[in-house]
Amino acid sequence: MPYIPHTEKDIQEMLHVVGAASVKDLFKVIPDNLSLKQTLSLPAALSEQELIQELTNIGRKNATVDEYISFLGAGAYHHYIPSIVNHLISRSEFYTAYTPYQPEISQGTLQAIFEYQTLICQLTGMEAANGSMYEGASATAEAVLMARRINNRSKVLLSSSLHPEYREVVNTYLSSNGSDIKEIFYCTETGRTLPEAIEKVMDNNTSCVVIQHPNFFGSIEDIKAISELAHKNNSIVIVAVTEPISLGLLKPPGEMGADIVVGEGQSFGNNLNFGGPYLGFFATREKYLRQMPGRLVGETVDKNGNRGYVLTMATREQHIRREKATSNICTNEGLCALAAAIYLTSLGKHGFMELARLNLSKAHYLKKGLANIKGIKTAFNAPTFNEFVIELEKEPDTIVKALLKKGIITGLPLKRFYSELSRHILICATEMNTKKDIDALIEGLSHI
Amino acid sequence: MKPNGTKGLNMNESLIFEKSSKMRKGISLPLSDVGDSIPENTIPKEFLRQDISGFPEVSEIETVRHFTRLSQWNFGVDSGFYPLGSCTMKYNPKINEDIARLPGFSKIHAYQPDELNQGALQLMYELEGFLCEISGMDAVTLQPAAGAHGELCGMFMIAAYFKEKGKPRNKVIIPDTAHGTNPASSHLAGFSVVSIEEGKGTITPEAVAKVMDEDTAALMLTNPNTLGLFEKNINEIAAIVHKKGGFIYCDGANLNALMGLAKLGDMGVDVIQFNLHKTFSTPHGGGGPGSGPVGVKKVLEPYLPKPRIIKKGRRFALDYNRTKSIGRLRAFYGNFAILVRAYSYIRAMGHDGLKKASEMAVLNANYIKEKLKGHYHLAYDQVCMHESVFSDKLQSKNDVHTLDIAKRLIDYGFHPPTIYFPLIVPGAIMIEPTETETKETLDRFIEAMINIAKEADENPDLVKNAPHNTRLGRLDEVTAARNPVLRWKG
Repeated sequence: MPYIPHTEKDIQEMLHVVGAASVKDLFKVIPDNLSLKQTLSLPAALSEQELIQELTNIGRKNATVDEYISFLGAGAYHHYIPSIVNHLISRSEFYTAYTPYQPEISQGTLQAIFEYQTLICQLTGMEAANGSMYEGASATAEAVLMARRINNRSKVLLSSSLHPEYREVVNTYLSSNGSDIKEIFYCTETGRTLPEAIEKVMDNNTSCVVIQHPNFFGSIEDIKAISELAHKNNSIVIVAVTEPISLGLLKPPGEMGADIVVGEGQSFGNNLNFGGPYLGFFATREKYLRQMPGRLVGETVDKNGNRGYVLTMATREQHIRREKATSNICTNEGLCALAAAIYLTSLGKHGFMELARLNLSKAHYLKKGLANIKGIKTAFNAPTFNEFVIELEKEPDTIVKALLKKGIITGLPLKRFYSELSRHILICATEMNTKKDIDALIEGLSHI
Repeated sequence: MKPNGTKGLNMNESLIFEKSSKMRKGISLPLSDVGDSIPENTIPKEFLRQDISGFPEVSEIETVRHFTRLSQWNFGVDSGFYPLGSCTMKYNPKINEDIARLPGFSKIHAYQPDELNQGALQLMYELEGFLCEISGMDAVTLQPAAGAHGELCGMFMIAAYFKEKGKPRNKVIIPDTAHGTNPASSHLAGFSVVSIEEGKGTITPEAVAKVMDEDTAALMLTNPNTLGLFEKNINEIAAIVHKKGGFIYCDGANLNALMGLAKLGDMGVDVIQFNLHKTFSTPHGGGGPGSGPVGVKKVLEPYLPKPRIIKKGRRFALDYNRTKSIGRLRAFYGNFAILVRAYSYIRAMGHDGLKKASEMAVLNANYIKEKLKGHYHLAYDQVCMHESVFSDKLQSKNDVHTLDIAKRLIDYGFHPPTIYFPLIVPGAIMIEPTETETKETLDRFIEAMINIAKEADENPDLVKNAPHNTRLGRLDEVTAARNPVLRWKG
């Protein structure tokens, strides 16, 4: 058997020590009627060689973003991952460790998370970030729960330009705790969330307003205007960022009034992986620290006065507080946070800002090219980063299929999420799309 | 036996921010082939940033050395024995790391049309089937990102079931040995928690009968429980709960004791979460990513999160049309790259391999238990499953406590066991060796533990000041919590 080192001699010696006649004897405590009589109906064992052959074959049934020209974004982005990211997260001292419960032999993980927390604060303009959440959508739901703890109000305003799956997750998380969720319909001209629309439904029981920035349609939101309005009402402003490369270009949400900034950190050095594992990031103001969910790493000293790091403020957490904890989260996404820290360090300040601008350039070249095609127009007129929505004259199914045959994944037809946007496609361009790729899409779509 | 840890060449390393040099660059980016967009031309200036204050400016080699150095300060399963109770720190097969990084798995977008993802959907569909077979459940969702996320998923489903029947229930019974996530997840799903005490290490039907009523939605238990003991009355307990219309939720954290030997589904369990990062060998990653699939009996299947993976003829597809579903717990479909590793592990082990893994895990745990008994106080002296729980009762007389013993083990080159859990054993030392360790490793660990017991008698200060061979000594956690410094400020 792979991975099991016992020889027959070992087993006999150990059984002798234990005082059991056979291995079966050890399981006598399981009542006979519950003890399994037949073998599990599972495939027989494979050798390592057979295993990788079998799995390579299964993998080949998938089409990769290397084989297709893809313009899909919508919460998961195809970016270049510097070689050093994979090399360093493959250091097995990192990936075969668990949560750093014993700080004297976990300083690597602890310091890396402390650095990650700092990087997230710098990018979002917030004062404190946690050690990570599962992914963007559940981080958003946890932010809503946190807001409700802070101001003891129940009503939650979700912008309809927040990622539809994020909204679904917020709904699920609130389902058992008196969900009082109102959706704010996006502005059909700009794709943005209008402060006026929020004002109409906001009342003294409104706990928080949740917007995405840039939003699901790629439109850059006016966080400042929304924050001013919400703060007058003592409501919390939660900003979700699903494409955090945008933070290399856009003013940090914290500087524009956000109280909690959450988001999806997959873009930071984590593979597309068919949707996971990804990285939920979570940052807030210091005054709300005690209400924050998730692991936190803090700086301290050892008994000789040397600087070191520990998990801290555990009294918020489930293993101490049980049902009174701020969250049930235990295992988070440590290795994905490490990948993010390495990725951001590798790009550095200038590289990261340059990358954001490169994304902007690619997307704007594409946006302009498409807007020149007869029968296609840009659906919303707000400024955008690397994603935007186009509107066709008829439903895009035929053309999307035709382009797929040519090896192009056009983008995400929005009908599945917004019935009123049945002629619309969400399109994303990143540094991975060359001019040739982009021209191929423009050319393909000009034959509608 | 002398502690075999040495200080070695163990360099200090500053924070990455402290190594920045203005305008120093790391990786180079391609030049734009589509011209350069001036941000101000399309985005109002008040929305743009000019700087990222404090962000690192370092070269590639500095980045590599920095994180390499940090990794050297870490102890993982690959560094040595890691008997962290309830966490199942077994060997993480390297081939699974290679497989998860194959482009066919790592470079696919979740919103690609289904016809481009047939391999991914097939793998997930088959993994669901494997987990059903191993646990005796009828259906599995792979969506939850971790064990606690799976618990939450299960409790949401139970809540949705009663709500749909028009008779919402408010309570969940949880034994005092449970992981902290159990009451936290139940609370998050809207339940209040009724705690019951374990009798002689296991739950008694009487204790359950006393509190079980028609306002109780579920009993949440762990089997084997966190004392490493099999809940032998589980059938009777399930009958009591079922009779009042409640469900049995089983925390599957300890499934590594039961594969191929017994199925939780046969014991009356209605919902279970699997921790793929424990039982199914996926790496713990320094605290995630894990994966926490949930299995249910038929009656709860309609409530599983959506989408579901379905098979139509030979094609796989995602089914969103599930009216009773609790909805989503996250975006997309699950921690897919972790699922790939778990799938690979099951295929490598096969039916016999999984059974053998559980058998050897239990043998290893009992071997340690027998050898340490007498040197340390054993909380419950009976045959254990995959782990056993000792305490510091014998060492306390010299004022040596569990934390000291744990820290001293580090000097001997071992990761300490789980300590101070379960809460019902004061000064608990919870040892889970897993099946992937050799008898020689166990013998060395046992010898170290016995040595430490001796040191506690003869030279308690040596133990109380441990660890001696690490880069840093004991850290001041009180100050860290009282005056939190959670980021570098320059």
